[in-house]
Amino acid sequence: MSVFNQSRTYIIRIIFFATFLVILAQLFNLQVLSSKYQQLAQENAVFRKVVYPPRGIVYDREGRAIVNNTLIYDLMVTPSEMRNVDTAYMCQLLEIDTAEFRKRVITAIIKNGRYRPTAFESLLAPEKYARLEENMWRFGSGFFLQERPVRTYPFNAGAHFMGYIGEADSGIINRSGGFYKPGDYVGRSGIEAYYERMLMGQRGVQFLIKDNRNRLVGSYENGEFDSAAIAGRGVQTFIDIEVQQLAEKLMTNKVGAVVAIEPKTGGIIAMVSGPNFSPEALTGPNFKKTYSKFVLDVSRPLLNRAIKGQYPPGSTFKPLGGLVALDQGLITAGFGYPCGGRYYACGIGKPGCTHAGGGHAADLRRAIANSCNSYFTHVYRMAVDNPKWGNVKDGYAKWQEYMNAFGLGIRLGVDLPSEDRGNIPDTARYNKVYRNTWSSCTNLTLGIGQDMMTATPLQLANAMCVIANKGYYYTPHIVKSVDNETPQDTILHKFRQKHEVLTHIPDSAFNAIIWGMQDVVTAGTARAAAIPGINICAKTGTAQNFRIIGGKKVELNENSMFVAFAPRENPKIAIAVVVENAGYGSTSAAPIASLLMEKYLNDTLRPESIKKADAMAARNLMPSILKREQFIFDSLRAVEWFKITKDSAYLRKFWNSTREEQRKRDSINNANKKADTPTAPKPQRVAYHLFEAVLPQEHFMNAGKPTTTHVA
Amino acid sequence: MSRNQPTISKGVDQVMIWLYLLLVGIGLLAIFAVTYREGDPVLASFLGFKTDYSKQAFFFVLAAILATFILLTDSKFFTATANIWYAFGMLLMLLVFPFHSEVKGTESIIRFGSIQFQPAEFCKVSVCLALAKYLSRPDTDFTKGRSQLIAAGIALLPAVLSILQSETGLALVYFAFFLVMYREGLSPTVLIVGFSAAVLVIATILMEPNTLAIVLTIIAALTAWSMRRQIRRRKSVLVSIVLVWLLCVGVQRFAVPFIFQNVLQKHQVERIFTLFGTDNPYSGVPSEVQAASGVKKEAVSDYNVKQSKIAIGSGGVLGKGLLKGTQTRYDFVPEQRTDFIFCTIGEGFGFVGTTTLLLIYLFLLFRIAIIAERQRSVFSRVYAYGVASVFFFHIAINVAMTVGLAPVIGIPLPFVSYGGTSLITFTILLFILIRLDADRQMVLR
Repeated sequence: MSVFNQSRTYIIRIIFFATFLVILAQLFNLQVLSSKYQQLAQENAVFRKVVYPPRGIVYDREGRAIVNNTLIYDLMVTPSEMRNVDTAYMCQLLEIDTAEFRKRVITAIIKNGRYRPTAFESLLAPEKYARLEENMWRFGSGFFLQERPVRTYPFNAGAHFMGYIGEADSGIINRSGGFYKPGDYVGRSGIEAYYERMLMGQRGVQFLIKDNRNRLVGSYENGEFDSAAIAGRGVQTFIDIEVQQLAEKLMTNKVGAVVAIEPKTGGIIAMVSGPNFSPEALTGPNFKKTYSKFVLDVSRPLLNRAIKGQYPPGSTFKPLGGLVALDQGLITAGFGYPCGGRYYACGIGKPGCTHAGGGHAADLRRAIANSCNSYFTHVYRMAVDNPKWGNVKDGYAKWQEYMNAFGLGIRLGVDLPSEDRGNIPDTARYNKVYRNTWSSCTNLTLGIGQDMMTATPLQLANAMCVIANKGYYYTPHIVKSVDNETPQDTILHKFRQKHEVLTHIPDSAFNAIIWGMQDVVTAGTARAAAIPGINICAKTGTAQNFRIIGGKKVELNENSMFVAFAPRENPKIAIAVVVENAGYGSTSAAPIASLLMEKYLNDTLRPESIKKADAMAARNLMPSILKREQFIFDSLRAVEWFKITKDSAYLRKFWNSTREEQRKRDSINNANKKADTPTAPKPQRVAYHLFEAVLPQEHFMNAGKPTTTHVA
Repeated sequence: MSRNQPTISKGVDQVMIWLYLLLVGIGLLAIFAVTYREGDPVLASFLGFKTDYSKQAFFFVLAAILATFILLTDSKFFTATANIWYAFGMLLMLLVFPFHSEVKGTESIIRFGSIQFQPAEFCKVSVCLALAKYLSRPDTDFTKGRSQLIAAGIALLPAVLSILQSETGLALVYFAFFLVMYREGLSPTVLIVGFSAAVLVIATILMEPNTLAIVLTIIAALTAWSMRRQIRRRKSVLVSIVLVWLLCVGVQRFAVPFIFQNVLQKHQVERIFTLFGTDNPYSGVPSEVQAASGVKKEAVSDYNVKQSKIAIGSGGVLGKGLLKGTQTRYDFVPEQRTDFIFCTIGEGFGFVGTTTLLLIYLFLLFRIAIIAERQRSVFSRVYAYGVASVFFFHIAINVAMTVGLAPVIGIPLPFVSYGGTSLITFTILLFILIRLDADRQMVLR
């Protein structure tokens, strides 16, 4: 029988062999051809733990740390280890209810699973941390406190230029090409953002092994692939934190900006934008609360007006106009203009001049000291109509080139993100507006810093540097150096390049302007800025201030402008101050600048200056219109919310407050009538009429209908 | 034949012994790789029998003692007692019903104190011996249908008992004996029909019932058309075609659903459907709900196969090295020491390691086949093919399931998987063969 079925032994062997061949083919496919399993295995078993280095410390010019790191704590929970938790007590400490407690634990499980710790409450406020720390034993091993570095500001100053850090959003993550991961903290503005790569240091990575239940069970390959975290590099700045603090104090309750620059280096000594806020307001647990509040504030505290505020420079521009003409060889220091109180050369008698006759513009120095409008209008026209350039358009283009060389109308390139360029319109713009027919008469007020010209406070301060340096400037910048600088750190190179602006002006001509500016302080409009023992050169400015409210162009109180540098002999500080809505340059901006220069140059304030500083700090110059705008803004939001939620509580608040205000005003008016005391009519009155126009009563009655009103 | 040699090693196939030791060694190493943790006191735990590898080593010692006894036994003993072995095996299987203990969804385990014993494993030896005994009977004519039926009965009786104990995986092993019967003269038609039946069942799982019915009808029609000449001569051909067609439709329409709903365990049905990547229509959950919930799809067996494939796939060509496999060492693959031990080798030693192991197995199977063919007695030959078939089935299904080619059937990898019963059973199987082979010259049955 064995002979009978002999062939079948081979068939059986073929079956064996064929089956094994199929299995081997699949193994070849899995192990050799397919690479996805290696990655899947990595994801399965290797946990990539990022170790965050402490961010770099920022120092001021004296080496004082102005941004430092501190530890703040997250309360972490590991759901699988929750045992013997005094839930009621924990809820009491954290000020939550048990339902919220349950919700958070469930969220934690969904987020990271039962076996891995998840933040139960992140960034604990210090008092909460203290209370929890004492009572941790009550909550078992399921809860623990994990430290996390947070920014701290020992001098509590410099919020705008320091910027803040925040979690990377999807935009940042996408743009970084995978460098940032969700959960990373990045600099979101200011120097935190500009010097991000240096301040952040190098993240360390630890590879840990996890098991099938996601528990971490040890290091992967004995830490062979781990990289240690390298702390962020320290950054030295030009900031004088005491001057900065004083500037912030002086700018309280004011809208505007202060920029002080060291002319010889371009280093920024102080930079304030008003309204100001504490840098601590955007750190750790405060961020969530304050950020939304700031965003909804119509005075826009987050806006850094020093680099983003655009102001017509007004008279502060005049010295530059003189310089352009000098550089082109159109005038000399002895050039004079017979101003009789008005500029008639264009036939309209505009602009007017504060002085009339008396030789107030007999030469450049006197023209500057007296801020003669006619003189600088004329000088502007001379520059633009210079026969050397052919026609007015080419002449204007050349003039614009000068402006750009001064840093006006272009971004200076300060080491802060999102700087604005101000506005020096180009010929194309004028061609469009005036349909190609325009002359130097059309935009003659450019000569006195008006027309369409706007500049940021930083540009104004930089322009002062050009004068103080007699013809050159360095790009203004905050950071002096970075620790352990290597040739690869090109980020600071551009700040060490000299920008030669004016090369054809003899010293004597420069001196005419500089002396003219000194005269402004000794005998002119800026006498309020004088400091005994220091020769200050300055120029005041007063620029009209329009705002469109409710579709109407409203003229508000003028912006107070002041630019200066000191001391004249060896300029150490150039400064620009803008205070919105504060009237003449001499009344608000000049004293502020003076105090700051005194503080910087003398390192201290005289007793009478301290008094002056306190008085200035106490002055509230917030434009009254802001209150009204805030009310309109908030009530519009209330209407939006009401439309969405149909909850009249949103509206009630505004409705009641309007009536209350009305009642109050009525009673005051009645009282006034009775007392018969003449009082100035309240400016707010207009405001509430405006508001009522925006939110007519029907809205309260048939709410839900779309409103057609809007506020620009 | 010189009498100077000691009896135990006389005629013993050395190659088999070495293969056996090699495979057990690989098994111990693999189990060690799975269960050893850094810092474990190897020697202490080894002596304390606290860890799986020390237990397996203990089982190996036990198996070696048994093997020695088998080698010392006269081979006539096995031929003489084959039927008693079978009866004993069946008795053990029956004892399971009153005395089984609940272990992981199976009811096939008897427990004495701390020792677990699975009769369905051991019964393979009984069936092998009994089948050999029956087929080697002088009055058995295996060309007769009746003998074939009896042989199939001998092989499938433990399978039926096994299914009743919810141990379908082991039950399937007994189908391997059809390979032996094929060698001994069973018509290839049976294998082909069996294979076709398997194809039909798979098609039933994969295809819409109506589509499959139409396809079957078309096949029947085409067959009838191509055989129209024969049909013209003999009408019975047409009748048989129609009958086959009816049978097929009946199977896909009624038999398969019946088996899935009433015979197989839920988890087994789930595994089968998972293997073919389709929704399980017999789970009691409407397929729309299954699709919507999404969770259902990631069934347990699906997870097992996925993790197993990840473990093997991540090994690459050369593997991560012993004790370096992250997947197998941190319990991602379930049943790591037993059914999925192949993953450990796949992850640790890569394609080179798995290929080597499979070649060792293939060599073992070929060696057994060669040994089978050199036997003079039918008993020894049938027994040898029985061993080869059982090994082949175990290896093929076990490895195929870890690489995702077969459904997850919980059967161990011979000599490598952790487990005392399976190691001892396979050792007995192999050493009886070695003993029989050693005496091939002496006995003429």
